[in-house]
Amino acid sequence: MDVLALEAKSVNGSDAEKKSAPRPKPKPPKKAKRIVYFEVEIVDLKTKEKLLLLDKVEPTATVLDIKALFQKSYPKWYPARQSLRLDPKAKCLRDEEVLQTLPVGTTAHFYFSDLGPQLTWGTVFLSECVGPLIIYLMFYFRLPFIYSPKYDFTSSKHWVVHLACMCHSFHYIKRVLETLFVHRISHGTMPLRNIFKNCGYYWATAAWMAYYINHPLYTTAYYGQQQVNTGLYIFLFCQVGNFSIHVALRNLKLPGSKSKRIPYPTKNPFTWIFWLVSCPNYTYELGSWIGFTVMTQCVPVAFFTLVAFIQMTVWAKGKHRSYLKEFRDYPTLRSSILPFIL
Amino acid sequence: MSAAAPGTSKTGHSDVVQKKKKGPGALATAYLVIYNVVMTAGWLVIAVGLVRAYLARGSYHGLYYSIEKPLKFFQTGALLEILHCAVGIVPSSVVLTGFQVMSRVFLTWAVTHSVREVQSEDSVLLFVTAWTVTEIIRYSFYTFSLLNHLPYLIKWARYTFFFALYPMGVTGELLTIYAALPFVQKTGLYSITLPNKYNFSFDYYTFLILTMISYIPLFPQLYFHMIRQRKKVLGHVDDYSKVE
Repeated sequence: MDVLALEAKSVNGSDAEKKSAPRPKPKPPKKAKRIVYFEVEIVDLKTKEKLLLLDKVEPTATVLDIKALFQKSYPKWYPARQSLRLDPKAKCLRDEEVLQTLPVGTTAHFYFSDLGPQLTWGTVFLSECVGPLIIYLMFYFRLPFIYSPKYDFTSSKHWVVHLACMCHSFHYIKRVLETLFVHRISHGTMPLRNIFKNCGYYWATAAWMAYYINHPLYTTAYYGQQQVNTGLYIFLFCQVGNFSIHVALRNLKLPGSKSKRIPYPTKNPFTWIFWLVSCPNYTYELGSWIGFTVMTQCVPVAFFTLVAFIQMTVWAKGKHRSYLKEFRDYPTLRSSILPFIL
Repeated sequence: MSAAAPGTSKTGHSDVVQKKKKGPGALATAYLVIYNVVMTAGWLVIAVGLVRAYLARGSYHGLYYSIEKPLKFFQTGALLEILHCAVGIVPSSVVLTGFQVMSRVFLTWAVTHSVREVQSEDSVLLFVTAWTVTEIIRYSFYTFSLLNHLPYLIKWARYTFFFALYPMGVTGELLTIYAALPFVQKTGLYSITLPNKYNFSFDYYTFLILTMISYIPLFPQLYFHMIRQRKKVLGHVDDYSKVE
């Protein structure tokens, strides 16, 4: 063959090669596999303004990787405050979603909205708990400007008032320690606004309760020491129970694994309530506050207990429902928060 | 707590009914029509009662006593409206409706009824008149809306009379609460002091003062919300004025 024919043959050959390259069915190659790169366009949800165009994005990139890339161009929008959607009306995409599994062509369009400054749940939990701890003690020690000046820095003559302070403080110290060492918080962040709302509520009710319990004109329980002791035993029992459940739930989650598992009773008798209830941590928490109410016989405490009951029931029902959805073989005997009742 | 959320004040009912094509079922509609007709009639009774008493006595003074019972009955009956929202046959917010109805019921029972001495005050007549005119228009508005035959006059009245009626009602309410204060303080009405076995205290006098203060942020919000609603509902009135 002459040179021209050879050249033509080689040109044809390379054309054939080029045609087959973009197809995701490569012949067993010696080099690295041919990856189809994605193009990602990020557009503002409200203004539809084009914010960023990324090319050559790995198909195995997650939404979180894309958020990190987005942050490089817009440093103040860290991934936790980005919300990316495939459609303006769709839900936010989860960080774990992989690009190639999404229903997009090779060019993905994302709609971005700013969720506002975010705080980690851990931060919020801590502020929610440290506040009441400190506030209650301020009332217990009768700091100035709370009660009549003649009572400043005095101490109550009732034993139950000291007991109540110990219980209340123990409860919140336990919560702080659990937040730091026990809980594995799976949610990422929450909006800044929430911390004002949540802390406002917890701190205000702590102050309201503490004001009356530590008041110089506090009246002790109607049924005397018996009532106080009953309340105390209920409180302590439920605190231990609550802690046991938190430990059991922690041990359920293997570090690194995202899979959810059904909690079951362990050797610890306090966890045997799992036979009857999906969220015994809330059950025990309710029990603690009922114990505290009985012990202090104080209407603001009863009010706080009632509100806590309503809120925890809402949470428990949600958790119970998600368990039922996730697991086909979920135990049918279980209720969400109160055995057989709720 | 603000009532500024769109379509959720007393006036929001209509525009939301127009936007959402799926409304209450036939039975619910029939019930609501009856409810609104009864309420319209009730407030007409109060209006007539006021006029007759005025003509009989020849003065504005002490007219409250002549309409005390129907006022209590029909204003308290408005509590059903909270139920309507909760059940879903009326597309308004439960919280907002609850707030508005409870404030009316509070003034009727916890202030005017509870503190006898204010019942002869002229401020009571002021808010009762404002409420009466407002409610007659509002309930007839709902009635006609449900029957899909809303005369423009009623729609116009509902979104225009409030300019005067709202401040009038608020003034009457505030003056009445203010008049009640000394009597509440003297008698310790609805108040509980320490020590007591509930370890709880409540000072109604302070509560009333706080209520009066709460009018300051709330009233403008509600008022401007109504003005915004008016522009939306009676929008073309603006166009009219532009045509010189």
